[in-house]
Amino acid sequence: MDLAKIKKDFPILSKKDALIYLDSAATSLTPEPVLEAMDAYYRTYRANIHRGLYKEAERASNEYEEARVVVARFIGAQADEIIFTAGATGSSNMLMYALEHTDMFQEGDEVVTTIMEHSAVLIPLQAFAKRKKLNIRYIELGENFQLDYEQAEQVITSKTKLVALTLASNVLGTINDVTRVARRAHEVGALVIVDATAAVGHMPVDVTLLGADFLFFSGHKMCGPTGVGVLYGKKSELAKLTPSFLGGGIIEDVTRTDFVLGLKPWSFEAGTPNIAGVIGLKTTVEYLEKIGVEKIQTHCREILAYAQQELQKIEGSTLYSAEPAYNVGIVSFTLDTVHPHDMAEILGKNGVAVRAGHHCAVPLHTELNVPATTRASIYLYTTEEDIDALVSSIKKAKEIFNI
Amino acid sequence: MDSEIYKQHILNHNSKPHNKEEMFEPDVRVPAKNASCGDSFILYLKLDGTTIQQATFSGVGCCISQAAASMLTDKLKGLSVEEAKTITEETIYSMLGVEVTAGRQKCALLLFRGLEEALKSI
Repeated sequence: MDLAKIKKDFPILSKKDALIYLDSAATSLTPEPVLEAMDAYYRTYRANIHRGLYKEAERASNEYEEARVVVARFIGAQADEIIFTAGATGSSNMLMYALEHTDMFQEGDEVVTTIMEHSAVLIPLQAFAKRKKLNIRYIELGENFQLDYEQAEQVITSKTKLVALTLASNVLGTINDVTRVARRAHEVGALVIVDATAAVGHMPVDVTLLGADFLFFSGHKMCGPTGVGVLYGKKSELAKLTPSFLGGGIIEDVTRTDFVLGLKPWSFEAGTPNIAGVIGLKTTVEYLEKIGVEKIQTHCREILAYAQQELQKIEGSTLYSAEPAYNVGIVSFTLDTVHPHDMAEILGKNGVAVRAGHHCAVPLHTELNVPATTRASIYLYTTEEDIDALVSSIKKAKEIFNI
Repeated sequence: MDSEIYKQHILNHNSKPHNKEEMFEPDVRVPAKNASCGDSFILYLKLDGTTIQQATFSGVGCCISQAAASMLTDKLKGLSVEEAKTITEETIYSMLGVEVTAGRQKCALLLFRGLEEALKSI
């Protein structure tokens, strides 16, 4: 992987006052080809998709549908199992509402999730469980910031109707053994929902290998545009759902009193979608595939190992980060005497972008017994020099607080 | 390096905050939470009629929230409830005496939000 060349692909890193960007887990940066693809749509062939009988509309429709094929291939799915959404949160909410309108869940049934979920999964799931009077049970943390798989086997029982878990933690970086959990879930006939937001574009993802019935992610955490995401639904499972959002573009026939929906997955995309975003996402996948996701993963592991080593050397530091072998490239940490918010502010003033807080994973932080952490996240453009800048800025923060 | 916000007096209030202790049998006890970062304080007031006799706080917060809480509890002591109601966001900023950026306003105002709640109940 030619790191210098990759860095040049990201215009924001070539700015005069460019940041040391270690906040990719919040949102990643956009490479030139993706910017160009979206710009080309707006400048040269902007038109609404479907039904347009002129060449710009045809091209927009083709690009949009081609994106479905490209994204499907990227995660080992079929094109008609891909729904474009506004992002992971949009996907998650859409899915929970659609599930609510099935007869799959009865009062007293159980849904299982993990202690390391992001609010994008946890909150819609909690609201869904509340409305349907379901009980939520948790897969807890085990050793080394991994899930406790033995406890997982026990918590998933014949009462379990749904298991929702993240493929990679956005705080600990942990890559979970979704395949193992999904196998257990399927043994008891439960549906498996996978939040792959921190994982797609950071590691190879294959919906069949994982055993995912549904899987979702956002474009913007994998160098794609904001405001676009994906909901994958296994064909046989998608067939059981009815779209919750209705409107134009998804209708087969309408009378004064009734309507007939068109084919899935298109019927889950009512209204004009984020066309430029979807086209940008397609180009993002092509960009990542050209570099090679496995190479990106190896690079992130190497930089993460270096970051963990250097951060551990700082006196008073505590790391909340899984081992590089099963980590997407995230290290969260605390310093005994500098609060994460103060840390992030001082780092920011030194031109180092990190994030402080609970990273939308409050129950996890409660479990770790810290109100907040500072998080540095690594991606394909991150260098060892970036980590050095982080460490020297942390030392400056310590000086300010006279430690 | 420009770290204007971390002036010495702020750092002093952070390392040795004033009035940071749980109060035994307070007249008012109000929690204040910053949901965006997980910081949380509890404000305790002891009243003598309509006068705030003592104000303390406990909990976990960053440097800015802690300094503001330290200064605010100092200020509250001896004020009447009516006087306490005249305290505004601007009062807090000017007490801190540093420029509070948009990203840190919630920190600076954490205990003040608790005070607002407390004053509603008195």
